[in-house]
Amino acid sequence: MTQQKQHSSRWSKQLAASAMALALTSGMSLAQAAETIKVGVLHSLSGTMAISETTLKDTVLMMVEEQNKAGGLLGKKLEPVVVDPASDWPLFAEKARELLEKEQVDVIFGCWTSVSRKSVLPVVEELNGLLFYPVQYEGEESSKNVFYTGAAPNQQAIPAVDYLMGEEGVERWVLAGTDYVYPRTTNKILEAYLKTAGVADEDIMISYTPFGHSDWQTIVSDIKKFGEAGKKTAVVSTINGDANVPFYKELANQGIAAEDIPVVAFSVGEEELSGFDTAPLVGHLAAWNYFQSADSELNEEFIGAWQSFIGSEERVTNDPMEATYIGFKMWAEAVEKAGSVEVDSVRDAMYGITVPNLTGGYAVMNTNHHLTKPVLIGEIQSDGQFDVVWQTAGGVIGDAWTDHLPESANLVADWTAPISCGNFNITTSQCSGQNY
Amino acid sequence: MSRSIIVSFLMRDKVGNALLAVLLALAIIVPFCSLVFEPGDTFYLSSYWVTLLGKYLCYALLAVAVDLVWGYCGILSLGHGAFFALGGYAMGMYLMRQIGERGVYANPLLPDFMVFLNWTELPWYWQGFDMFGFAMLMVLLVPGALAFLFGFLAFRSRVTGVYLSIITQALTYALMLAFFRNDMGFGGNNGLTDFKDILGFNLQHPGTRAALFSLSALALAGGYLLCRFIVNSKLGRVLIAIRDSESRTRFIGYRVERFKLFVFVVSAMLAGVAGALYVPQVGIINPGEFAPLNSIESIVWVAVGGRGTLFGAIFGAWMVNFGKTWFTGAFPELWLFFLGGLFVVTTLWLPKGVVGLSAQLSKMRRSKAASVAVSEKSPVQAQAVEAEPQPQQASQVAPEPEQQAEPTPKNLDQGAANV
Amino acid sequence: MKTMLNKLLGLVGLVVLSFGVLADDWQQAASGLTGKSSNDKLAAIEAMLEFDDPRNAVALQGMLDAELYYVKADRQLVIATKSGRSFLLTDLQGESLGEVAKSKIKRITVNNRIRREIRSGLAMMALAGPDEDARFSAVRSLMANVEAEQLPLVEQRLVAETSAKVQDKLRELQAIILLENGDDAQRQSSAEFLGGRMDAPSRNALLRAQADEQNAEVLAAINESVARNQQLLKLNRAAENLYFGLSLGAVLLLAAVGLAITFGVMGVINMAHGEMIMLGAYTTYVVQQLMPGHIELSLVVAIPAAFLVSGAMGVLIERGIIRFLYGRPLETLLATFGLSLVLQQLVRSIFGPLNQAVITPQWLSGSLEINGVLALTYNRLYIIIFSFMVVAALWLLISKTFFGLQVRAVTQNRAMANAMGIRSSWVDAMTFGLGSGVAGIAGVALSQLTNVGPNLGQNYIIDSFMVVVFGGVGNLFGTVVAAMTLGVANKLAEPFTGAVLAKILVLVFIILFIQKRPRGMFALKGRMVED
Repeated sequence: MTQQKQHSSRWSKQLAASAMALALTSGMSLAQAAETIKVGVLHSLSGTMAISETTLKDTVLMMVEEQNKAGGLLGKKLEPVVVDPASDWPLFAEKARELLEKEQVDVIFGCWTSVSRKSVLPVVEELNGLLFYPVQYEGEESSKNVFYTGAAPNQQAIPAVDYLMGEEGVERWVLAGTDYVYPRTTNKILEAYLKTAGVADEDIMISYTPFGHSDWQTIVSDIKKFGEAGKKTAVVSTINGDANVPFYKELANQGIAAEDIPVVAFSVGEEELSGFDTAPLVGHLAAWNYFQSADSELNEEFIGAWQSFIGSEERVTNDPMEATYIGFKMWAEAVEKAGSVEVDSVRDAMYGITVPNLTGGYAVMNTNHHLTKPVLIGEIQSDGQFDVVWQTAGGVIGDAWTDHLPESANLVADWTAPISCGNFNITTSQCSGQNY
Repeated sequence: MSRSIIVSFLMRDKVGNALLAVLLALAIIVPFCSLVFEPGDTFYLSSYWVTLLGKYLCYALLAVAVDLVWGYCGILSLGHGAFFALGGYAMGMYLMRQIGERGVYANPLLPDFMVFLNWTELPWYWQGFDMFGFAMLMVLLVPGALAFLFGFLAFRSRVTGVYLSIITQALTYALMLAFFRNDMGFGGNNGLTDFKDILGFNLQHPGTRAALFSLSALALAGGYLLCRFIVNSKLGRVLIAIRDSESRTRFIGYRVERFKLFVFVVSAMLAGVAGALYVPQVGIINPGEFAPLNSIESIVWVAVGGRGTLFGAIFGAWMVNFGKTWFTGAFPELWLFFLGGLFVVTTLWLPKGVVGLSAQLSKMRRSKAASVAVSEKSPVQAQAVEAEPQPQQASQVAPEPEQQAEPTPKNLDQGAANV
Repeated sequence: MKTMLNKLLGLVGLVVLSFGVLADDWQQAASGLTGKSSNDKLAAIEAMLEFDDPRNAVALQGMLDAELYYVKADRQLVIATKSGRSFLLTDLQGESLGEVAKSKIKRITVNNRIRREIRSGLAMMALAGPDEDARFSAVRSLMANVEAEQLPLVEQRLVAETSAKVQDKLRELQAIILLENGDDAQRQSSAEFLGGRMDAPSRNALLRAQADEQNAEVLAAINESVARNQQLLKLNRAAENLYFGLSLGAVLLLAAVGLAITFGVMGVINMAHGEMIMLGAYTTYVVQQLMPGHIELSLVVAIPAAFLVSGAMGVLIERGIIRFLYGRPLETLLATFGLSLVLQQLVRSIFGPLNQAVITPQWLSGSLEINGVLALTYNRLYIIIFSFMVVAALWLLISKTFFGLQVRAVTQNRAMANAMGIRSSWVDAMTFGLGSGVAGIAGVALSQLTNVGPNLGQNYIIDSFMVVVFGGVGNLFGTVVAAMTLGVANKLAEPFTGAVLAKILVLVFIILFIQKRPRGMFALKGRMVED
């Protein structure tokens, strides 16, 4: 009996002790004074998204290092705080809360997928954090606490379609995408856009496939059939990540060359191509705001810095990296301008800030929290790089709410007075969907 | 005789009673610390900790549910995450309906993602979820019904052991694929998110959070009591008999499939409740919750804690998840090594988990000391032996190779009964 | 189209005309290539093709291969190949011009429109050239854009052409032109000729003619040909679908056959099976890195290498973990699942999280064209053949060799086998190694179809188990039938339900099937008590 008592009481003691320990550690973190400026990095380092996101973590770390070499900000050093949300969406929310409450970071750079951003959104809004989101996305969002430095659909999809119509004379369209919100939105916008451009219903084919789809035989064969009708056909691909390699392989094997049916992709960049055998893909296109092959001094510097930071001449740069770069530069400039890292003043200082693009020209932060930046079309080369074949004359203003969908056509985002709202309905003059 | 076993078991479950006390204490202390103290106070608990601990409680409830079928009835379900997620979706649907006109497209009836997909009316399976009572009923009924249907078919045709494990995995995988489809009407990959309030209380308010936490603690305590009641009842004895030898139990005259079905449905409902409590605390439910990996992770919580002991499952869930939180913060690259290693180490050297560790160690000591009167078994050891999943192998910590190779690899069915 | 015709006529005319054009004129024409806009380049190509100059072929091919540069200083066109940090230059006649730095030269970029023009230009050159296949594809590229003015040229080539294959294609092209522009008799015979021709231009020409035709007799012929085409089309599409199904089945079979050994024969639930496949795929990648000059051979080397790597890992796993867990399948499942996580992270730590580029050798690219509709992609064709070879080899190994005898002895009665002097633990290790090695071979094949990344294995593990369980544990034949059935069923359902729903339906079907026959399609018969 005595032994049993010992056992059970030890258990309960341990429990109580651990509960106390939890309580203590949580309280302690607040006591530290802010001697550094903390930069939170919220990118998956494990799980399925680690493929893409690890690079962005390293980009932020490189930017922090460079900023510190240049003397930091406001006379303080920057201190990166890296966490791993492990490609697990609820974990993104938890880690964001950890960064903001426990680590007391002043800004977060992070997220890649839309669902991870949606998961983090309520947290940064509740705790009034600041999130820089560096990936092209579907739009239909503008949060007070998020700055979107990737492309909105009108900064990628529509210029790409314009290019194909103009330069290649495409009349028939396959909109192929992975079944999630970004392709769904982009395709809806494109469908509406193509119809206003006079494309008939039977000249548009839409197809959705699951994540990581690997057997493309049937769909590629369908595309081939669709392209046989005699009109010039192109594929607009919003196929995501891993599904691309088998897709392009099947295209090449079924004998569809870029000259016959070009594929323009919005999710395939230099980093994705580094996992491809690109020889059969030459001529297929991608639309981005940045290509590594862009000819500018700033870009060359950036590539050099990146490759020496990462310690490999093989590593490529890509669009989300440029978006991270622009976001970071803008935030640093806004902090200097506001003279503080306090979120509200930084936010106010952000509007109208300009930062040079790596491709030339300047990116401007608008009051809808989206950027004005140029759009580039590139063709895949056999060395895994893109040749820039076309580029918008100036910057394109990122549109939070697309005009091509009926439900969002009358919504605008403007975070300055008098509107101060992310989704202001101009017909009813109402602002809805806000949590604060 | 059986009555005296139950009574003595209740008496003996000191750990469990202590655990219940701790849960009750947590249900009071945590809200108290987060609401009464101000940020900066030593005892202040931020919302980060409240939601994190709340999440652990939900996972612990899931672990108890898994332990009930695996530890006590030998059904290794690799698809319990599906029931958890279904409960979560039922709660998520209620929360979505609560948003009402506050969605970005300000549609009074349809959630944003439906407006966006050009849906004009609410699908039939979304009807009624604006009522809290109905939604809570669904939290129990949907996982329960799926478990009933699946279990009815599987147990009737005597699908057991690894076959059952594999098709439960297929089940959750199929559900994951289905929920990923936007056309299903559950928000596709993004799932359900952007919740505003529950029963009129703002979800972002610390008070609501604290209440949800306390509720989770109480639910876990309730789940624990329910399972303890089941496993200590006569029915529980039959379950253990089924676990240890299904055919013999059947030959004795028990309708084995009915017992299994009952406990499977109860377990699924518990998992559903855990999911329903989980969703408002983490703020999102999406098809990723159906991923087979999640289900298997919940198995490992139970294995690490010690299957066949309900509190072991709870400790396991807490330990592994605390480890995960810490590891993904401190050494993100090492997390999978650690988790994977945990699987291997637990199955090889800790068949009874951490809870069984002390019994295991003392047994080792004892066998070395040898020839001390055996009849004076300590109650804790007796308990460990009774809840022992593998009676035959209890004496081996690291089994000898020759002897272990003896049960032939071919005899799947024989093996299945041992687990 | 006019321009292409002009080129053609020009080419034909050149045979008659003498080579009287000055080289300087060609240079003048080609100078537009150094311009910035694609229109400049297109105009230059058109102008260049007016000349019959050997430099045309060099320049055009150079543009396609991204090797045509111009020297910034004097705008001279050169072929540049990279050597170290600088470039080796040769002029278009093949004279070496030495080495220069990258900054001195600029590449002439092309886009799809230009590339298209170049290819048709090269095809035209090939039309009268010595290469039969090139002439054939030249005619096909003409078919893609049919114009009435091509008729004299086509008829001229018909006379000159010696190859029956090319002649037949030329006749088809002639028929397409005549169907639209010929007299009644010509139209009628063209309509009859085009019946049963599966190339899209022929089919489309008939459909167009069907809408426009006035003459009842001709219309009847057209209708008959169209109906025949429709029937053939249906048949070919069905055959294509079947092929898709079989190739998916072959992939499933390859992924599952290793499991059929470890799970089916030994009864070991190896959740790290997918990672054995992944190791095989990574071995392919490493082999290609080690022999960069011999990509065509790399797969031949990779197959035994992958077998050894995965097999050795399998033996290691069996000796290190699984042998302690025999008779406890559910624990084996958990332990090997943990192992799969470790292996994934290990690969991620060594090779990085990014997918690796595995190059497809030439002989695995492209497709075997049966007709205009049906084409069998080589990579999948080889994989179908390969999967059957693997199964056949395994069957021989298990049923015809001494090792196989030992394996069967140990699985049937271990104690008796031991008594006969068989080292059963050694047989266990080897059998497990064999199953894992076969999974490694599957990885080599899969590296040709999909991503080579740390998650490769996870995508196949559930499917593999489904195949083995559906087919009946311990039965190689059952595994083959199950894999093919599931592959074909998936592909037959896909056109109606879409890819995801097809997969879900197949999964649900298996779940229900297992309820009906808990031991799969071809269960081992015998008196077994479940406990």
